[in-house]
Amino acid sequence: MSADGLADNRAARDRTLARVRSALGKKLPDAQAKANAEANVTIHRHGPRPRMPANLRERFIERARDMSSTVESIAAISDVPRAIAHYLDTLAPEIGGQPRAGVCWPEFATLDWSAAGLSIVSRPTLGNDRLGITGCFCAIAETGTIVITSGAATPTATAILPDTHVAIVRAERIVSGMEEAFALIRAEQGATPRALNLISGPSRTGDIEQTIVLGAHGPFRVHLLVVG
Amino acid sequence: MQIASMHFKARAHANLNDEQLQTNLKKFQGKFVPARRNALVELDDVEATREAARQIRQRALDELDTWLELFEENATASGATVLWAETPGDINRLVLEIAARHRVKKIIKSKSMVSEESALDHAIEAAGLTVVETDLGEYILQINNYEPPSHIIGPALHKSKEEVATLFSNTHKTPWKDEIQALCLEARSVLRQHYLSADMGITGGNFFVAETGSVVVVTNEGNATLTTTLPKVHVAISGIEKIVPTLEDVATLMRLLPRSATGQSISNYVDVLTGPKGAGEFHGAEHMYFILVDAGRTAVLGSEVREALRCIRCGACMNHCPVYQNVGGHSYGWVYPGPIGSILTPMYVGLENALDLPQASTFCNQCGVVCPVKIPLPDLQRKLREEEFARHLRPWHERAALRVWAWFALRPRLYGLASKISVRLLRLLARPNGMISRLPFAAGWTDERDMPAPAGRTFRELYRERASVRQS
Ligand code: SF4
Repeated sequence: MSADGLADNRAARDRTLARVRSALGKKLPDAQAKANAEANVTIHRHGPRPRMPANLRERFIERARDMSSTVESIAAISDVPRAIAHYLDTLAPEIGGQPRAGVCWPEFATLDWSAAGLSIVSRPTLGNDRLGITGCFCAIAETGTIVITSGAATPTATAILPDTHVAIVRAERIVSGMEEAFALIRAEQGATPRALNLISGPSRTGDIEQTIVLGAHGPFRVHLLVVG
Repeated sequence: MQIASMHFKARAHANLNDEQLQTNLKKFQGKFVPARRNALVELDDVEATREAARQIRQRALDELDTWLELFEENATASGATVLWAETPGDINRLVLEIAARHRVKKIIKSKSMVSEESALDHAIEAAGLTVVETDLGEYILQINNYEPPSHIIGPALHKSKEEVATLFSNTHKTPWKDEIQALCLEARSVLRQHYLSADMGITGGNFFVAETGSVVVVTNEGNATLTTTLPKVHVAISGIEKIVPTLEDVATLMRLLPRSATGQSISNYVDVLTGPKGAGEFHGAEHMYFILVDAGRTAVLGSEVREALRCIRCGACMNHCPVYQNVGGHSYGWVYPGPIGSILTPMYVGLENALDLPQASTFCNQCGVVCPVKIPLPDLQRKLREEEFARHLRPWHERAALRVWAWFALRPRLYGLASKISVRLLRLLARPNGMISRLPFAAGWTDERDMPAPAGRTFRELYRERASVRQS
């Protein structure tokens, strides 16, 4: 560590842990308790879960709409550009002409955007893009949530800075609850990524007189394209 | 934050007579309670979920040192730096040292109640740096000369839209508008510039996850998501008690937190943040710090009110509290209002500095019934009342009155006679509507409330009658 005061924080740590132990009536660090804790966290025990219907896709769509996302089902990834173009057309009267330009994640770079009359570039957003197109790692049926995991190919701000966020959700990636999402991350990514952003609908605030307003800081609207 | 909890009575009195505040308080009362009820029924077994939540939080506290060590190991392994603040002053010092290390000039903050304990914003400004609160409610309070928050999840709910409108037009030099949507839009555009230009983001932490060394931050506005995505440094500040063992525990607690708070099935943004950004990642902080705060927590852990540390700050106890609903959050005079505040404030700032708070309860137990982690709030308030009595912190007339009562209570015959007589006397004081609006020697009590005159006979009379009916 460099020579600022942060370097001598060790003593504060030791004193705090000593106070915790004395409050708990312990004298020394408890090696057995530590071993138990380490074993305990590998079990991933679930708490009580609400019952989920067999059709997770339907449940996801219903809950996503409850959270003010709009949802559209499409057959294949190649339908994405046309679906987005159509979505922007329907928005136009509401927001006075949405530019048909935006940014997307690299996995969608090769879609035929220009055929749909869109100008979409594959790069992370820098803050002034009005449309952000992302995928998602998986989606959660229980709450209508999409799960974004950070990574080189998944720049997270693309989901939260633009006015409009369109997320592509592959139907087979819809899982029951948060527990399944965490298990999938462990299975497929190993280490926890820097950020898991669990997003359920557009940004909202109720801070003035508890009146709900969408688009507090992040997207005003979230449109989900469920594929397959 | 300045401690004004000694003046609970005076502030409550003033707030009860503040017409504007009373109108504003009335507006939000009706909403939280039914919203919570409707959201909870979605869980198939609410009580089992509450019990699981209680156990998760209690398990974390019972082995707090172990979980903290595990958290520290995992957070460090992910590349984050874990720092410890023993006092509120330490929080501010550490933040400023981190800022100096990374040559930070502008800091954006998403809501952190712990940083209110240390008045962090003032310390940052005193050091010549800029700090901007991004939670809309906190932002409103910041530009109103750091008005204290009145609620833990809706810090500015005591303000009307007209009050916000005036504040905005004065601060932003924009035309006055009182349409809520337009006000939010104005704040959005002001704050957007700050997000894009800040070098450090500070968040609180709803949970620290021992398993992964992560912090979980929950918002509806998405301000914490932006705060942890755009600036190059992220500092997460929260109390040491906020540890939970696993991500699955977070899943269970998240079934209750938003439902208990605002009646939502889920908050719009739940962010799990672990370490600095990885290779090739474009967005995200390059440096991540945790500040784990004691500032009185270990003292609570060793006390009779340790269960208060299970709190997940949902606000349900205050939303359901008849005292809070009437006097408003500012009366409590420090960071945490309502039933949980009436326990934490005396513990963190000293019982002698918050004498009235454990008394600010009717013991109706609405709070205990709604608390998602089953904190027996009235029991804990009673324990603090006992301590006040034992430490001779109650006024002499109250102690004397209790002595007199105890003397009678130990003499059942005399007690029966005395209560019979007082019941009859009380009835004489009643107005025609059956209410007593003034009591000799108890003006402090009847000033703000009417008391129904006792009807019928005393409990002892009725009980005796019941017993004789049984025997016959
Ligand atoms: S004490 Fe219970 S009800 Fe009150 S804020 Fe904490 S968790 Fe919520």
